[in-house]
Amino acid sequence: MASLDRAARSLLLTELVSGMALTLKYFFKPKVTVNYPYEKGPISPRFKGEHALRRYPNGEERCIACKLCEAVCPAQAITIEAEPREDGSRRTTRYDIDMTKCIYCGMCEEACPVDAIVEGPNFEFSVETREELLYDKSRLLANGDRWEPELAKRLELDAPYR
Amino acid sequence: MDGFLASPIGILAITVAQTLALLVPVLIAVAYLTLAERKVLAAMQLRRGPNVVGPFGLLQPFADALKMLMKETIIPSGANRFLFVLAPMLLFMLAMIAWAVIPVQDGWAIADINVGILYLFAVSSLGVYGVIIAGWASNSKYAFLGALRSAAQMVSYEVSIGFVIVTVLLCVGSLNLSDVVRAQERVWFFIPLFPMFIIFFISALAETNRAPFDLPEGESELVAGFFVEYSSMSFALFFLGEYANMILMSALTTILFLGGWHPPMHMEPFTWIPGFVWFALKIALLLFVFIWVRATFPRYRYDQLMRLGWKVFLPFSLVWLVLTAAVLKLAGWLPA
Repeated sequence: MASLDRAARSLLLTELVSGMALTLKYFFKPKVTVNYPYEKGPISPRFKGEHALRRYPNGEERCIACKLCEAVCPAQAITIEAEPREDGSRRTTRYDIDMTKCIYCGMCEEACPVDAIVEGPNFEFSVETREELLYDKSRLLANGDRWEPELAKRLELDAPYR
Repeated sequence: MDGFLASPIGILAITVAQTLALLVPVLIAVAYLTLAERKVLAAMQLRRGPNVVGPFGLLQPFADALKMLMKETIIPSGANRFLFVLAPMLLFMLAMIAWAVIPVQDGWAIADINVGILYLFAVSSLGVYGVIIAGWASNSKYAFLGALRSAAQMVSYEVSIGFVIVTVLLCVGSLNLSDVVRAQERVWFFIPLFPMFIIFFISALAETNRAPFDLPEGESELVAGFFVEYSSMSFALFFLGEYANMILMSALTTILFLGGWHPPMHMEPFTWIPGFVWFALKIALLLFVFIWVRATFPRYRYDQLMRLGWKVFLPFSLVWLVLTAAVLKLAGWLPA
């Protein structure tokens, strides 16, 4: 009887038909793809994207040239040169990040005592030449100005866990 | 006007026009079959498929064609140049000339010959030459192995396809494809000959080297099969030929089993739609099943493929052929 049952099953292609039924069921299910350039997935407040140098609300740049980020950077991607400004405050004259070296570990952000260097939510900064990835201070400050509203929100959301 | 159309040049002009009227839609169908395949596979895997080129990705086939045309044609230094170039042309040409005998609607066949099925069978058997020549002329191990596999597979499944066709012919009493369709006026052959319909369809999958019998191109072991060494337009010709063959096999299945141009029922709303639309719809349905099968089943192992062809389908179709013949004879249903 069991062999008859098996023969009937294989002759009537029951398993093939049930397999086809399953794929047909999936055919009508809603798609799970995120339609990327038009639609983006959610990003955590801790997401480590493109770097930015932030400013205080009065426009003064936060970075005090302590060089902790430069020291902690495991990839040695950060280069800082500093000099006292006319008003006597300590500021950077040069703040470069080589984005081709950066490993996006977030140690610079952790090390910064004044929340000046941060990694933002932006991950779409691909460029066509290598040179464009050697970011200088003006580029980083521009990033900060562009993303400041979101950067402040992210820091606030992540503050309870720090 | 009558004088011109009856003259040799006029007949030639009419034939060329008819050929274009058939082949242009077939080629467009081939282009859109590639898109449909990607879309259906994507849908079954919960993906979207091409959706950026044109609305819903509808211009994707043209973008692909353009890409193919722009690529460089590479002829390997060890290849036999003449045969290497000849093979894709041969395969593509065979896929196209087979359409000459396909009756799209009553009386709408370019060549309504009385040996239609024999012609189709001959043309599809010649396809093996394209495959073997391509594999041999490439002078590459992968291409050669792929060609051998492909040829062996096509030959094995042609045997059971032959028996299935003979069974249908027994019920029709004619080798003319239009007569085959006319014989299905009342009942389509897939109902009385259902097992043969299934065998024919599965053999058609194997014959066109489609999943789950796509071992000739088995990416995991043979890279791409007999056309690994081809690029640019010569590759595109193989691709077009393969998809045109899929459509051809679907057309043949439609003619043999699904009543060709006949509507499902000979009554009011169905008869409003012209026959060639029914024909196209049935082909589209079968092509959907081709893709559906590809989305569902994993690839067969080579020995399993050969076992299925020679030890299951061949005896089964042979027994069914004898059975059909006996029933037709004893019941006195043999066509005159």
